[in-house]
Amino acid sequence: MIEIEGLTKVFDGLMAVDDITLTVRPGEVMALLGPNGAGKTTTVRMLAAILKPTAGRARVAGYDVATQGHDVRRNVGMLTEAPGLYSRMTGREYLDFFGQLREIPTPERRTRIDELADWFKMTPVVNHGAVMDHRPEANHKNVLDRRLGEYSKGMAQKIALIRTLLHDPPVLLLDEPTSAMDPASARLVRDTITQLRNDAHRAIILCTHNLPEAEALADRIAIIRQGRIVEQDATPALKERLLGPPLMEIRLASPTQNGIIALVEHTIANSGAHIQDASDDWIRYSTPDPAVTNPALLQTLSASGVAVLTLSEVAQSLEAVYLRAVEGHA
Amino acid sequence: MSLETQAKPPVSFSFTWQRLRTAWFPVWVVLRREIKDTLRDWRIIVPIIILVIGFPFLAVLAANQGLAFVNQYGASLIMERLLPFLMLVVGFFPSSFSLVIALETFVGEKERRSLESLLATPLTDLQLYTGKLLAATTPPVLASYLGMVTYLLLMGFTLNWWPPLSLLLVSMTLSTTQSLVMVSGAVIVSCQSTSVRAANLLASFIIIPMAFLLQVEASLLLFADYTMLWLIALCLVIVNVLLIRLGIRLFNREHLLGRDIDELNLRRGLRVFWEAAWPRNGLKALYTREIPAIIRGMRPELLITVAVILVGGIGAGVWGIRNFPLPVQAFSLADIQNLESIGSMVTQTGLLKSFTPWAIFFNNVRSLFIAALLALISMGILALLLLLAPVAIIVYVVGQIGGIGFNPGLFLAVTVLPHGIVELPAAILATAQAMRMGDIMLSPPEKGGGIDGILREAGHFVKLFVSVVLPLLLLAAWIEARITPHLLLDFLGR
Repeated sequence: MIEIEGLTKVFDGLMAVDDITLTVRPGEVMALLGPNGAGKTTTVRMLAAILKPTAGRARVAGYDVATQGHDVRRNVGMLTEAPGLYSRMTGREYLDFFGQLREIPTPERRTRIDELADWFKMTPVVNHGAVMDHRPEANHKNVLDRRLGEYSKGMAQKIALIRTLLHDPPVLLLDEPTSAMDPASARLVRDTITQLRNDAHRAIILCTHNLPEAEALADRIAIIRQGRIVEQDATPALKERLLGPPLMEIRLASPTQNGIIALVEHTIANSGAHIQDASDDWIRYSTPDPAVTNPALLQTLSASGVAVLTLSEVAQSLEAVYLRAVEGHA
Repeated sequence: MSLETQAKPPVSFSFTWQRLRTAWFPVWVVLRREIKDTLRDWRIIVPIIILVIGFPFLAVLAANQGLAFVNQYGASLIMERLLPFLMLVVGFFPSSFSLVIALETFVGEKERRSLESLLATPLTDLQLYTGKLLAATTPPVLASYLGMVTYLLLMGFTLNWWPPLSLLLVSMTLSTTQSLVMVSGAVIVSCQSTSVRAANLLASFIIIPMAFLLQVEASLLLFADYTMLWLIALCLVIVNVLLIRLGIRLFNREHLLGRDIDELNLRRGLRVFWEAAWPRNGLKALYTREIPAIIRGMRPELLITVAVILVGGIGAGVWGIRNFPLPVQAFSLADIQNLESIGSMVTQTGLLKSFTPWAIFFNNVRSLFIAALLALISMGILALLLLLAPVAIIVYVVGQIGGIGFNPGLFLAVTVLPHGIVELPAAILATAQAMRMGDIMLSPPEKGGGIDGILREAGHFVKLFVSVVLPLLLLAAWIEARITPHLLLDFLGR
């Protein structure tokens, strides 16, 4: 659905995007991570056929971004970094305007606006003394018929998202989709992205600085630094590559006795694992193959009469992966 | 194998209509949104309403008072000629809002960061440009018409003054074309800046020429010369075509989002200027490589300059000969008896303090520098006009000479050709390079425009001026002061 090969963009001698190659399949979410100015926005702009690549090629929804820009733009929904709304328009007028530019027929456009407004729970923010109408259709109607200049940042972001989804595009390019949103709205947007990926097999590129969000949503992650992709893979694979094999922690029911650590070390050594750290009642070890190491260890400890309280994987954050990737390539 | 070719299906009306609709519907959508947005902004609407309704009343009041005053002295003609000018002014002020709206529509959108979401739609650059251009032009032009109609009705009912249809039409045409020039100019300005503030500062390059133009139009209305007003309207149409063409080239996704800051880097600017102005590889390279390269670079401007001088200068001169023939006694050739009398005649005109090579040289240098400065604020147009004026005067005078029994060709060969053959190329080179400086301001940076482009061309101007134009002007001034007078005396048989 999105195929990028050697994509490069140079502005006035400044290399903004340098030889990027990646693929996003239908039903896949790819998160683009990177520091500010790394080239994420420029990449997305090229994929939306707003900027022309200096070199390389990219096909989006089956169309070439350099030569079939019009078709690309018809098939892409792009959520820009800033909502960039027209403050003197109402929400409904704004969405209707973009719906017309997308050539969505009037009845379908109106239905779609209402559906999406319902989906995003566009509930009234202020009522200025008027009697609150609690019917759902009246609620979103109230909000959509207010001027955009009166919207909160979160509401503005929701309107921008509705604009992005209005024409039901097969490819979505989302730049910071949950920025400025309250936790409940951000959750709603995350659920929406998941549903869009699953239901309609869309290819989605997500640019974000919110690493937990990227980890929760993305099937694969690409880390960009100074215009180049420095790492690209599924999150577990990235973690393993950059942070080493999974870290396991075994907690014992009673304090460790002399000889237990040696026993553990001896048991796990066969599967290529080794102890990282240990304390009175816990031991941490990294293992390239937990499926082999863990049962063997549990069996040994049980046979030795050592009571095990828990055995779990120590969570390694994406932040650590990101920092390792960005700093490692500095 | 069949020799029959497949006949193309006839283009049906519905097919054409569908294509037209597909092309124009997005333009209409953009236009409608922009106009709605403008009409909702009281900061734009209130002044326009005041200008449309209030200003015509003031103009009529002034006209009534003025007429009453001048009638006391039997000079009603003055006021009668001012009435059309007032109509033009009444129409101009609302139409000038097109500049404000255009800057808001184009660069305002960029500043609010709403442009990117618009650029992500299937709209073509041309559709977006056209929609915005029409949106910025339509309300002010309609307001301008409304203002003029209000003024006319008030004048008609209070003073029973109704303008001739041609005047009304030319005023409306001027109002429309001026608005379009301001809008299409504003698009170019907007493309060069990322904030409304910066665009407003750059907008002086549009306002200043328009203010000059209004003064010219006022003078022509005083002389009731509607033909020249139509010519100005025609020129504005041509300028519009050029500006719109340039605007379409500049208003593209790549350019609009490619640049992020308006930056003034003095040190880099000076380096660009210095590198362009200073001959880097010695005198020989200067004359064999650098100067020819500069001249090659300004070929379009050279062609335009020569064409304008030939067509415009000769045309204006001939027009002067036909419309304002001088009586024979206006030529005081009998007073020319010797070299001193030629010198004193020249100094009496006030153009030169003394008839010496240095005085002529400094006068010409000053004129060309003024032309260069004017070119910067007028896309080179005022520099051309400044060069066109002396050519028109020469044609006018030479033409008149024929009327008093002299051979005009010989007169030209004697009085103009000896120094003109050196002076004119120098003036053409300087004017063309001045024009290039004006043009380059409007070019996108990736095409060599922007601040760096202006400084580079200014450097080229200095290089060309010092190494070619100044020596030629000096030689021409010497010929004009030392040789031409002798030839004139011989020509007159004295």
